[in-house]
Amino acid sequence: MSELRELYQELIIDHGRSPRNFGKLDTANHIKEGYNPLCGDKITIYLQTENGIVTDVKFEGEGCAISMASASLMTQVLKGKSVDDVQALFRHFHTLVTDTDEKEGHEALGKLKVLQGVAEFPARVKCATLCWHTIVAALKNDDQPVSTE
Amino acid sequence: MSELEAQLFTPQRVKDDFPLLQQTVHEKPLVYLDSGATSQKPQQVIDAVNQYYTLDNANVHRGIYDLSQRATAAFEAARQGVRNFIHAKHNHEIIFTRGTTEAINLVAHSFGDMFVNAGDEIIISAMEHHSNIVPWQMLCERKGAHLKIIQVTDEGCLDMTHFQSLINSRTKLVSVIHASNVLGTINPVEEIVAAAKAHDIPVLLDGAQAVSHLPVDVCALDCDFYVFSAHKLYGPTGTGVLYGKEKWLNAMPPYQGGGDMIRRVTFEKTEYNVPPYKFEAGTPNMAGVIGLGAAIDYVNRLGLDNIAQHESALLSYATSELEKISGLRIIGTATEKVGVISFTMDCAHPHDIATILDSEGIAIRAGHHCAMPLIERFGVPATARISLAVYNQKQDIDRLVIALNKVKNLFE
Repeated sequence: MSELRELYQELIIDHGRSPRNFGKLDTANHIKEGYNPLCGDKITIYLQTENGIVTDVKFEGEGCAISMASASLMTQVLKGKSVDDVQALFRHFHTLVTDTDEKEGHEALGKLKVLQGVAEFPARVKCATLCWHTIVAALKNDDQPVSTE
Repeated sequence: MSELEAQLFTPQRVKDDFPLLQQTVHEKPLVYLDSGATSQKPQQVIDAVNQYYTLDNANVHRGIYDLSQRATAAFEAARQGVRNFIHAKHNHEIIFTRGTTEAINLVAHSFGDMFVNAGDEIIISAMEHHSNIVPWQMLCERKGAHLKIIQVTDEGCLDMTHFQSLINSRTKLVSVIHASNVLGTINPVEEIVAAAKAHDIPVLLDGAQAVSHLPVDVCALDCDFYVFSAHKLYGPTGTGVLYGKEKWLNAMPPYQGGGDMIRRVTFEKTEYNVPPYKFEAGTPNMAGVIGLGAAIDYVNRLGLDNIAQHESALLSYATSELEKISGLRIIGTATEKVGVISFTMDCAHPHDIATILDSEGIAIRAGHHCAMPLIERFGVPATARISLAVYNQKQDIDRLVIALNKVKNLFE
């Protein structure tokens, strides 16, 4: 039960239930859909960048508490970051949610650290990373919808 | 089955036959509620496969030595067992495949290539598993034919009036699921076959979710094809069955070319073998087939009537217990159901439900259950699903209900 508490922390349940930055962004210059065909999680990322800086980001979608909370927290963290930072943060975040040995040194991730519990649940990694795969693809202006498969 | 034997059917004794179910998961006794995905295997099946590899392994239909003859005899005895199990007329109407999926693909290719042309129509339903959608879509693309879809009602039943309206002179085949892997609905297959037969249209029934729960008689049903997998029937993975009426199997071209399906090969021309061998190219999954034979023996020993009665009582109990949980919605409320319950909860997404149940040692499925169009039909992104088998007991449902209340506590 303790691992479960670690996964479903208050902050995750809160963001899962009432995601922040949820909705369309009319000023977006990158829009991307992501899909996890295995479980049916769907997400659309609306991203606005100016001179290589993320000036605004919102999302819409449906999915489990982990996927919604992860997207919600991601949008909060990314505002004001550079496009290069997004890539670096994703790599770091990926380690956070997959590597159970690497428990320390995640301070740079800020509140994203709350998702560390996912590492104990390999089946749920895709839920936590769908929004990240989608935003990275959005930045590449790739036409294909993103799939976690 | 005699009265004495019927009395021997006790849930605990049945559960004791399944070694896998004796373990703990996350330090709690395992409750396995995902038999719709694959059933667990009784010791009798494990022993049969083990004995085959330990003592009887040789290639079938090839050797003239004792061992090969023994393997061939065991393999063909399994065919006889399958024939008896579904009451087919002939042994050669039973073709071994890799599973339900391959059996449907075989028909889509062999029957489809021969009998389906541009402008023709194939009827399936909105409650099909992807394995009974995609092979027909691929056939339609190859041939310029069209797929027609029987609608599903809010209760999760086939709309039979709509079905009738889809039948016309262009219809070449009707292919529907016998029992739904998502809703549990047992479809009125007798009525479906009768309606199709009135227009001389052949019918394929996908029995993957049906054969372990209810008796099947292909002659009484008068269906043209019936398909199922061993692994959902307490047997090994990688083995399935295609039953086809003799007249179709004689007319259809082979599916794959290779060994065993030939009578004579020269570089100019190959003469094909007769059914069933014509459709069984290459060395078959011998251990799988023998394991399937043992699984059928096991089911016969328990008695399908006993199994159906046990599962039906458990389904009623589970349904009424789940209905008591506020915010829980059951999807699929047909009167005739196998032991499958799909549901959603207002407070939690199916994946979150499944993760929390897993931490309580309870295995359920969450997602679209390989039936995306059906899940979409009910306007939900995914469902949680429990599926029952002969080894489940009332206590399993009680554990489930306690765990679902934990989900509510965590999320509400």
